[in-house]
Amino acid sequence: MLLFVLKRLGVMLLTALCLTFVVFWLTNLEPNLEKLAKEQANARMTDEQVESWLEGHGYRRPLLLRYGEWVGGVVQGDLGTSSVFRKPVAEIVGERLGYTGWLMFWVMVVMVPSALLIGVLAGMREGSRTDRTLSTFSIASTATPEYVSGVILVVLFASSRGGLSPIFLERGTLLKGVATSATDSITFENFALPVATMALYGMGYIARMTRASMAEVMTAQYIRTARLKGVSFPSIVIRHALRNALIAPFTVIMLQFPWLLTGVVIVETLFNYKGFGWTLVQAASNNDIELLLSCSIVAVLVVLVTQLISDVGYVWLNPRIRVR
Amino acid sequence: MTDTDDTPILEIDKLSISFFTQGGEIPAVMDFSCTVRPGEALGLVGESGCGKSTVALGVMQDLGRNGRITGGSIRFRGRDLTSLNAAELRRIRGNEIAMIYQEPMASLNPAMKIGRQLMEVPMIHQGASAAEARALALEVVEAVRLPDPERMLRAYPHQLSGGQQQRIVIAMALMSKPSLLILDEPTTALDVTVEAGIVELVKDLGARFGTSMLFISHNLGLVLETCDRLCVMYSGEAVERGSIADVFDRMRHPYTQGLFRSIPLPGADKNARPLVAIPGNFPLPHERPPGCNFGPRCDYFQAGRCDAAPVPMADVPGDDRHETRCLRHDEIDWLAGPVASADTEPVTPGDVVLSVRELRKYYEVAGSAFGTGEARVVKANESVTLEAREAETLAIVGESGCGKSTLAKLLLGLETATAGSITLAGEEIQDIAVEARDRGTVSSIQMVFQNPFDTLNPSHSVGAQIMRVLELFGVGNSTAERRERMLELLDMVKLPRAFASRMPRQLSGGQKQRIGIARAFAGTPKVVVADEPVSALDVSVQAAVTELLTEIQRRNRTTMLFISHDLSIVRYLADRVMVMYLGHVVEIGTTDEVFSPPYHPYTEALLSAVPIADTSVVKKHVVLEGDIPSAMNPPPGCPFQTRCPRKAEVPGDRCETEVPPLRDLGHGHGVKCHLSREVLDGMEPVIRIA
Repeated sequence: MLLFVLKRLGVMLLTALCLTFVVFWLTNLEPNLEKLAKEQANARMTDEQVESWLEGHGYRRPLLLRYGEWVGGVVQGDLGTSSVFRKPVAEIVGERLGYTGWLMFWVMVVMVPSALLIGVLAGMREGSRTDRTLSTFSIASTATPEYVSGVILVVLFASSRGGLSPIFLERGTLLKGVATSATDSITFENFALPVATMALYGMGYIARMTRASMAEVMTAQYIRTARLKGVSFPSIVIRHALRNALIAPFTVIMLQFPWLLTGVVIVETLFNYKGFGWTLVQAASNNDIELLLSCSIVAVLVVLVTQLISDVGYVWLNPRIRVR
Repeated sequence: MTDTDDTPILEIDKLSISFFTQGGEIPAVMDFSCTVRPGEALGLVGESGCGKSTVALGVMQDLGRNGRITGGSIRFRGRDLTSLNAAELRRIRGNEIAMIYQEPMASLNPAMKIGRQLMEVPMIHQGASAAEARALALEVVEAVRLPDPERMLRAYPHQLSGGQQQRIVIAMALMSKPSLLILDEPTTALDVTVEAGIVELVKDLGARFGTSMLFISHNLGLVLETCDRLCVMYSGEAVERGSIADVFDRMRHPYTQGLFRSIPLPGADKNARPLVAIPGNFPLPHERPPGCNFGPRCDYFQAGRCDAAPVPMADVPGDDRHETRCLRHDEIDWLAGPVASADTEPVTPGDVVLSVRELRKYYEVAGSAFGTGEARVVKANESVTLEAREAETLAIVGESGCGKSTLAKLLLGLETATAGSITLAGEEIQDIAVEARDRGTVSSIQMVFQNPFDTLNPSHSVGAQIMRVLELFGVGNSTAERRERMLELLDMVKLPRAFASRMPRQLSGGQKQRIGIARAFAGTPKVVVADEPVSALDVSVQAAVTELLTEIQRRNRTTMLFISHDLSIVRYLADRVMVMYLGHVVEIGTTDEVFSPPYHPYTEALLSAVPIADTSVVKKHVVLEGDIPSAMNPPPGCPFQTRCPRKAEVPGDRCETEVPPLRDLGHGHGVKCHLSREVLDGMEPVIRIA
């Protein structure tokens, strides 16, 4: 098992190197460099001035050498300096990632249990009224993208003139439509809407997977064995079906983490929550090479770590797979 | 015995079960009655689709959403099961009635340890504590004769072999000492020697705990070995009921008679006394004929009488509770033999067509999923030598993992040999994979596959598939010629020419297998390898397909390699037999030589394990211990030494250290065993007709 984890870590490192190199190469293409120079020095520079600025700042040295320098810096813990925020990248990424971490945490806390519950309830009696109702709900929630559901939620709960707020309150809104204050302290009022927006989208998807897996397990012969052993229906679902039914959705849930990381771009922009997604947008639109590189490292790490957890968890859930 | 002991455990009276689908009501079981008394074992016999499993699930009240009991009653110790509510049913299921299933792997929860699955039963029904339940589980696992019970309880189902899994399923059923045990084809998925062990166990436990049994099977021989009484089902109805002796020796229903005539019993012979197949096909539930369901396939059918009204059960006078659903049961001369089909001359084998010398096939298996650890070698075939002559049938017999399928793959070029040679009509083909073989070689060695359901392409018509084969083999110069040849092939396998335009899904299993045979014989092959060609088919269809296969072989003077685990059919069909165990040929000789002493100890056990549906047969009782070892990790010395009951008769540790040579006992009868000539000569026949 240890060997397996070590190998996985090795693969992870290699992937991170390849991916950052691609990002490094793309961000160092000629037009980007020109834009960078004009932005940093003077927007009305002549081509010669641009060239000498780039020469002066070391951008004309071989690409591989500069990539090597950057990697060397990363190994020593130096991620460089952001050209937009004028601060060390490590500081920015750490801070922003922390904010997004909280968002993802609450999304997962809301999304996973409710998705599994919906999926299991729907799948344990395939074709029943419960199944049809819950399935309709989960299809509808997956079919609505965040920028639609987010706007609908804002209108419903965070508008002082429309939606539900005027019905219950004389003044103000039920929930806040902006989550900027959540970077200081998270409250139900400022955090409910971004969390709900993200959770709704992912929830339907996981619930559908769980339902399909559950419905299949419930027709398995060992479920019949349990039933004819005299096991009651709730026990069949919890003791016999659940673990088997969770094997397939588990991988999907783990795949949701990387998705959340990109999904936050829309939600953080929509609710003006200054987390990782928001930073990514800033970095990309301002050609902040070193910040972008660090963001891509983070993305690679998140994808690969969740994959690792997913594989290990899969082995744990499914005793038929053993890693030697 | 007190009076209360005499109330039947299970009493099913005029039970009807239907399934309700979008197409309307489909009756699965009609007017079915039977009684199981305390300590009695009732066999329920019939072909697939006859409704025998539906009866079992009806007793368990587990018919699913579509199934419903539409009439009659099921009484368990006097209580009507159909009137119980969910909680009452739960108290009976697994507690008073327990069930054993066909596929042990699928019926155990893969993500739950064996121990917990067993402990659950007493914890639900007797409110036992975990410790008590565990103690009981250990006891029961020991009772089903599994080695190392502690380890068993900690294992997951996939870590056990098929035989061990079935013993666990049996243990689970016995955890609460039920008064009725329902066994639904409990050994169909297992090898014969493993099956023999399970059958012995079930019989033994039944006697020990006084459990009544409802034993569902399609295998008459198995029912003879396990049951006291028998109920034969056909197309949703019970057609004959009675004690084993009455039904086996004085059957009073044409279907029962037909079943017995279509299975190869000792004494049947492909030349002198061929099998008699039941003509026609099993009716689909919504296409049942009026009156007697068996009418259209019955030799004694009288129009206007048998198809007039539903036939009731009638008592057979003189016998104990012997009933039949035949109007003419007292008119038919039951002792008359089958209408004799013309005797055929035995074929004289010609020259050697196929010769295999010292053939070896090793597979290398990577040590682990990540390439670490030592690569291991699976010795699938170990020095196989055989010769097959023109028009001869050579049977290859053995259980799963013995290497018989690997041998078939090597012959067909699906794999290439590690060492040794295969000579087909003077040409060495062991190293030529099927893609590299020329047309002539490919068409001259062909195969009939085990499962006709998966071997036909579902999206092409049957005729087109045969014509494609003809094209590949270069038969005929134009489409018209090939079309003509294809129609001739359909004639040869006795299918109407109209079938050419049918799709595989419109065909029954037997018809599909006929297409498979037509395809194999399309290029007039010299050698046909038939890998268990009838084992996936129903009994009444098996005989017809077997008959067809031998007839075509006889006419074309084809050499047939008949791979099977079923010794009855081998004895009936084969001219020579080769017995394989763990990649080794352990015995080879003519059919008579192999089926009579001296035997290899494995052949002896195999012969004893095969259930024979004949009350007059007395068998010597040899039950093998344990399971077939893995080919990945074969035992040292003789491959059979771990299970051999005669190991003690060989002095010293030769069995454990030396692979025995294949000794010639005369006339090419070879036995791979260390036993001395005296011991071999002193062996008694396993099967005797009393």
